[in-house]
Amino acid sequence: MIINIASKEIKSFFVTPMGWIILALITAAFGTYYLEGVNSYFEVMSGAIRPAERVGVTIYVGQTVYGAAFFLMLFAVPLMSMRLISEERRQQTLPFLFSAPVSIVEIVLGKFFGLFAFLALMVVYIFLMLSTLNIWADIDFGYLFSNTFGLLLLVGSFAAIGIYFSSLTSQPIIAAILSFIFAFLLLGLESYFASQPNHWFHHVSLLKHFQTFSRGVISSKDIIYFLLFISTFIVLTIRRLDADRLRG
Amino acid sequence: MTTTLKALGLTRLFGPNKAVNNVSFELSKGEVLGFLGPNGAGKSTTMRMLTGNLAPTDGQVEICGINIIEEPKLAKANIGYLPEMRPLYKEFRVNEFLRIAAKLHNIPAKKINSSIDIAMEKCGLTHMSNRLIENLSNGYQQRVGIAQAIIHNPEIVILDEPTVGLDPIQIREIRKLIKEIGKEHSVILSTHILPEVEIVCDRVQIIDKGNLVFHGSIDDLKQQRRGNKLLVGFKKTPTLKKLQSLFDIVKIEKQEDLLHVIQFKNLDFDMEKFIQVCVKEKLGLFQVSPHITSLEDTFVQLTNK
Ligand SMILES: Nc1ncnc2c1ncn2[C@@H]1O[C@H](COP(=O)(O)OP(=O)(O)OP(=O)(O)O)[C@@H](O)[C@H]1O
Ligand SMILES: [Mg+2]
Repeated sequence: MIINIASKEIKSFFVTPMGWIILALITAAFGTYYLEGVNSYFEVMSGAIRPAERVGVTIYVGQTVYGAAFFLMLFAVPLMSMRLISEERRQQTLPFLFSAPVSIVEIVLGKFFGLFAFLALMVVYIFLMLSTLNIWADIDFGYLFSNTFGLLLLVGSFAAIGIYFSSLTSQPIIAAILSFIFAFLLLGLESYFASQPNHWFHHVSLLKHFQTFSRGVISSKDIIYFLLFISTFIVLTIRRLDADRLRG
Repeated sequence: MTTTLKALGLTRLFGPNKAVNNVSFELSKGEVLGFLGPNGAGKSTTMRMLTGNLAPTDGQVEICGINIIEEPKLAKANIGYLPEMRPLYKEFRVNEFLRIAAKLHNIPAKKINSSIDIAMEKCGLTHMSNRLIENLSNGYQQRVGIAQAIIHNPEIVILDEPTVGLDPIQIREIRKLIKEIGKEHSVILSTHILPEVEIVCDRVQIIDKGNLVFHGSIDDLKQQRRGNKLLVGFKKTPTLKKLQSLFDIVKIEKQEDLLHVIQFKNLDFDMEKFIQVCVKEKLGLFQVSPHITSLEDTFVQLTNK
């Protein structure tokens, strides 16, 4: 049942030009960063005379691409998640789902995984793109895996924020703006507390936890953090939709 | 007869306002129940509670013996619902949308295509199958709304104003369809079109300001309409005083052409005696017939109590 709802979301994303436009822009952007990374690698490395300054091609290009992925997704995910629930509110189509033999939990999970499947496809696409480096270099797949994994969890968190804010309003644009601001604050506030390394904020910051993965380390602490983060927003969304039934 | 739907003391508050107040009724297999009531009476609110879209403040709903609050998934599998605002994903084509509806209602993969075809045929949509819903006219969108409600062949079909926006030919077809569904399953429909109730429904329920003010079969409603009035023609019109000295009369209303509507105090007035007296008094009696109030009048009377 979750799959049925997820597939409906994916279909409805691609029946409008919106889906294709976002997909095209994002792949173009990643492609550009990738080429940029590869091109500048030789320039930069030939300028680095001491061996200590040299880094491997995986890390160099990987950092360029994943650093960009972080920001691209911060903009792209709210645009993709904004319609998930708010559009149903606007068109008054929620009764269609509520009257079917599916629970609210399934509806929310279906919508979340529909978006997540699509995002995961992009993350895999980035992975495959970087893997092509292997044709002429020996690349560090461990590094790629940990970044891929981290990025998956990160976009999952963005998607969870997105679906929650989408459930609060019947205006998709407002949902997009709110989820962007919220995700941005979680990432950006980081720098305001840079002088206090033990501030509580560092523990909730998405960026902090993502950085572990981008260094090539997969730690269970960070995985749990992301999973908790995602579940929290999914539970909040479920409760918001359930409140609809109670409040009318 | 098996009971398919049971509502027990349904009550719903919106803030301090009682939108629905202690409404109870039952629905049997093979029955079409009409919901009547003025705007804001609480018809849609009741239907939303019956279908699990709105939690009742108080009361119970049982669908085929299953409590919808305790076992929503099992109960909802037996319901097809067309809400007041038809819930259509307008960016899809008709057949794509119905496919989504079919999947959501757990129709087995093998049967999906045939269910879509049957639903489209029943609602006269076959030639619109590949059209985008957003480009359909209002009436055709309404048909898609009805098609999604019956696609899984549910035990109970609940339609909130199903004939709104349809042309007369389609209204007839939809009424025929409703009657057909009503033969094997149960149907609840709400409407503002009074004659529609007499045409398609077996039973009527009139709701006003959240309260059930009338509940009975179509015959009961007709009985209610006959009432205690006579349409009488006098050549020489007597005064109310004169008539009141002869019979238990409450009121006389003058109609056109010497016709008068006489309202008796009691329902079981003696027609024979009335005629005898009229003849004896030489009032020039030339016509007597029961005065059937229009359905609209009955409706107004019932909802103005
Ligand atoms: N979500 C809501 N919040 C507050 N009040 C509501 C809500 N929904 C309905 N009401 C109120 O409940 C009452 C019943 O409304 P309902 O929509 O059930 O009427 P109805 O019988 O369907 O009328 P209509 O014939 O116009 O469709 C109205 O007074 C309405 O204002
Ligand atoms: Mg209504």
